[in-house]
Amino acid sequence: MDLFEYQGKQYFARYDIAVSAGGVALTVDEAVAQAEHAKYPVVIKAQVQVGGRGKAGGIKLANNADEVRLHAKNILGMDIKGHIVKRVWVEHASDIAEEYYASFTLDRSAKRHLLMLSAQGGVEIEHVAVVDPTAIVKLHVNPVEGLSLDSAKRAVVDARISEKARDGVAAMLVKLYECFTKGDCDLAEINPLILKPNGEVHALDAKVTLDDNAAFRHPEWDEYRATEELDEREKLAREKNLQYIGLDGSVGIIANGAGLAMSTLDVVNQVGGKAANFLDIGGGANAELMTAALEVINSDTKVKSIFINIFGGITRGDEVAKGIVEAMKRVKLRAPIVIRLDGTNATEGRAIIAAAGIAESQLISRSTMLEAARSAVEIAGKK
Amino acid sequence: MAIFVNEKTKVLVQGLTGGQGRFHGLRNRDYGTQVVAGVTPGKAGQDVEGIPVFDTVESAVAATGATASFIAVPPKAAPAAILEAARAGIGFVVCITEGVPAQDEARVFATLQRDFPKTRLLGPNCPGIISPGKCNIGITAGEIAALPTAKGPNVGIVSRSGTLTYQALYELKQRNIGVSTCVGIGGDPVPGTSFVDCLAEFQSDPETHAIIMIGEIGGTAEEEAAEFIMTHVTKPMSAYIAGVTAPAGKKMGHAGAIVSGGKGTAQGKMDALNSAGVKVGLNPTEACELMAQIIASM
Repeated sequence: MDLFEYQGKQYFARYDIAVSAGGVALTVDEAVAQAEHAKYPVVIKAQVQVGGRGKAGGIKLANNADEVRLHAKNILGMDIKGHIVKRVWVEHASDIAEEYYASFTLDRSAKRHLLMLSAQGGVEIEHVAVVDPTAIVKLHVNPVEGLSLDSAKRAVVDARISEKARDGVAAMLVKLYECFTKGDCDLAEINPLILKPNGEVHALDAKVTLDDNAAFRHPEWDEYRATEELDEREKLAREKNLQYIGLDGSVGIIANGAGLAMSTLDVVNQVGGKAANFLDIGGGANAELMTAALEVINSDTKVKSIFINIFGGITRGDEVAKGIVEAMKRVKLRAPIVIRLDGTNATEGRAIIAAAGIAESQLISRSTMLEAARSAVEIAGKK
Repeated sequence: MAIFVNEKTKVLVQGLTGGQGRFHGLRNRDYGTQVVAGVTPGKAGQDVEGIPVFDTVESAVAATGATASFIAVPPKAAPAAILEAARAGIGFVVCITEGVPAQDEARVFATLQRDFPKTRLLGPNCPGIISPGKCNIGITAGEIAALPTAKGPNVGIVSRSGTLTYQALYELKQRNIGVSTCVGIGGDPVPGTSFVDCLAEFQSDPETHAIIMIGEIGGTAEEEAAEFIMTHVTKPMSAYIAGVTAPAGKKMGHAGAIVSGGKGTAQGKMDALNSAGVKVGLNPTEACELMAQIIASM
């Protein structure tokens, strides 16, 4: 789960990482109240999960209430690369002497944590990596040993961070590492990490991605869930506990297993169609689960055909077939189904579907993935 | 021969008294696997359909001589379960648990590497391993796997995805091609066993004559495999990579299956494998057809 900047800053604050005084606002009046509280001058920042806010006019400086009103009014509701701004973060404007970059991620290839640190902050790190790769210090951290203050200090020196900022940045790195590990982040990034003229070191931005698998030990994440920007279909799927991702094609997809679901998208694409979604129904494809999956797909008005791709392993084909027949009685579908049923007891499953007497205009059975994809794409194209 | 497990492998199941452990543990035994013990703290002395249950892995190993562990416990308990097995001297640990936090996986992997280098972990979040006719640990339906033939040629399978593994097993069976071992390494960010580990084993296994590899988007494991293949693998290979059409920034079901910052794309992985001389199919069926052609020419 990706956090908004303001949530990232609140999360940082839990680990004693210095951030600016500020607050979140959903309306112009709230923005003024937050500004009064944070003390002028303030910065008003659009809260969207996409880069390039500044260039789009989503970050403005305000010296008084009138300026806050003007900017907050412009920014709230603004469309930044398809993301509508629903909230602004209002914080006390910081004096900046220097800008750095710091982040922790998991290096999957090395199976170690990775610190990236640079004295060139405030710009995209990908850009720095291309223009001046030597400006980025990369340090692998053994997850069992953790990051010591000494190694943090060495990294700070290697990154050629100004002498007056070294102690502050090293201490900040240790706290950020703690947030990254104990806080179960996939990514904890500060860009820019600033040095103020008074010598203080401070996180001016926050980019945090949380590991959904760790939610069980973080009740404090519940409030972040509430602001997650999901489309209606994704919300419905989450309520039903289904692994669903909305896409923009016309072939609805249901498959068992993440790999097979991904593969189904690929095959539909290969024969000239476009998938409306990714949906992994998981192991037991019973009537309840199948009904829930069909309801979610059915809520998508762009869907013109539904491709159910099931490979029976331990999940038996006959059970899946019963589930589908039962689900079709419960949900009135907007589009016909093409089913490919293979694996354990597939023959029995196909017989159950054939015996259910469902019209061919509603349900077609195909024996291979490729044939089924072709039929589903053909139907989606016809309408 | 087979890799990692064979007919002599003695398996204990951590979580045998739970729903998943019982279901799959008993299925594995029905397949012919030597399932010798279960481990559930506080339930020593009980049995599950004749399989004795112990409080600790250590006591189970002492009593039964178990050499491998099958872990089917919830995500909260999985890291401790893996380390307990390693401490008890288990050499091969299969963890099917889905939903283990990445930070825990990284810590467990680093701990195994530092303190228990003789223990190999498969998973977490993997379907397990099957050496058809010899040993099945995990959730694979044994009946869809074709037995290897004495004179071959037999195929080794290694995959990040469960259902695509089954798909490959099934397609090979329909084409009467034997399987030496099929390993599901799992779809998480820090798998205990990598493609490279499996490829090295298959390369030195006399019963394996060709290899199918099934990858997916995210990470760089397939690219690393491609590099390894170029220098170390002489056996012919076909491959399939799932997720050509996956949009960037979206996790496709598996925690590890995500394209981010332009890295981990299916196309990049297919190109790398192609350059390493692997025949890459555009869907699982095509990858198996390519393998059938390889086998036919042997």
